[in-house]
Amino acid sequence: MIPRSFEYFAPRTLEEAISLLGELGQEAKILSGGQSLIPMMKLRLATPPYIIDINRLPDLNYISELNGFLRIGALARESDFEVSPTIKSRYPILMDTTVVIADPLVRNQATACGNLAHGDPANDHPATMLALGASIIAVGPSGEREIPIESFFTSLFTTALKPDEILKEIKVPIPTPMSGGAYLKIKRKVGDYATAGVAVQITLNGAGVCHRAGIGLTNVGFTPLKAKETETFLIGHTLDEATIKRAAEIAAGEAQPIDDIRGSAEYKRDLVRVLTARALYLALNRAKGGA
Amino acid sequence: MAKIAIKVKVNGVERAAEVESRLLLVHFLRENLRLTGTHVGCDTSHCGACTVVLDGRAIKSCSVFAVQADGREILTVEGLEKDGKLHAIQDGFFQEHGLQCGFCTSGMLMTGYAFLESNSNPTEDEIRHAISGNLCRCTGYVNIVKAYQYAAAKLREGGEQ
Repeated sequence: MIPRSFEYFAPRTLEEAISLLGELGQEAKILSGGQSLIPMMKLRLATPPYIIDINRLPDLNYISELNGFLRIGALARESDFEVSPTIKSRYPILMDTTVVIADPLVRNQATACGNLAHGDPANDHPATMLALGASIIAVGPSGEREIPIESFFTSLFTTALKPDEILKEIKVPIPTPMSGGAYLKIKRKVGDYATAGVAVQITLNGAGVCHRAGIGLTNVGFTPLKAKETETFLIGHTLDEATIKRAAEIAAGEAQPIDDIRGSAEYKRDLVRVLTARALYLALNRAKGGA
Repeated sequence: MAKIAIKVKVNGVERAAEVESRLLLVHFLRENLRLTGTHVGCDTSHCGACTVVLDGRAIKSCSVFAVQADGREILTVEGLEKDGKLHAIQDGFFQEHGLQCGFCTSGMLMTGYAFLESNSNPTEDEIRHAISGNLCRCTGYVNIVKAYQYAAAKLREGGEQ
């Protein structure tokens, strides 16, 4: 399959990339990992006349903690997460997420920032970033701005990024002690999108009571969903069996799945219930220092 | 649309070409360079038959534009054999009967080459995960796993290529 012809630009600086975006307008697409964009172009679901390849921009491939935040640069590949000592030792939820995305070869190219910028509710990082309370650093002609993740996904394949902005970085607050998270996904096979996925990030106080909860849902709505009612319910509760059971039911109620080839809406809603409970148990265990 | 001049080092040899921006890397390798060992299988980035090693990482060359490879290094299946001797991963597939029809084999070899560079003593589980982006419809994967294990052992023994 051959994509439609396009004009290709490979800027060497971020400034140059942004000025190109400004000149070329809405029809230009940013190419980072390209593992969603290029297949879509081959199927001619996307036919952008201009491609701005950001892979040659310097200093955007990083996953590092700085000043209270984990910072993920636009060119950090999914496979970089799998070998990052920071991710391995301190962010099991991000490791859970990365290793269930596509397959190892795709992960060698694909980026986490692209996974968000694509705005696909079936992608996995959105739910995880919703759970972690991340924010997006967007750069445009008038400089940088920070977008909270909960207002980033505006509709199907649409984000709060303006046409002249580039997603430069994902910024995740470093979890405080007694925090734990997990991402669980059910898929039919390697490389498939989630039938449903649930990301959970909790923080306990000294008495074991939950005082922060973030929950994100994958592929059970037209955008990635933040399960706000479930989060509110969890705060102030000890995560015992009854609480987790109730939280899982609330999360299932917050899901907005539709019938498709991966299953009925009813089935997917029940998956959200089961996965939320499992993810809460796992996150709880990790918050207490377990693996 | 104007063509774009690129220079790519393929199997150790500097190659220059003028290509359309929309030309996929796999077509550049097969049609421009006539390196037809790299296959087009599904053409939808699922099957891994088009796997090549780009700057040390195994990638699906049907999902990368040739212009993206400008100034970079590519290893294809044609570059594995050195001085008439098979690379350990190729020898593994030969010794363990790791193929039947052979269509997925070049992709399996390139994934294996890059994987064993970073993990010379893999478990069976790690191998099965490593090849999860390469589909084989003949073997049931059993002998492919054995081939990887054979190659890993051979690389550990002598560091022999």
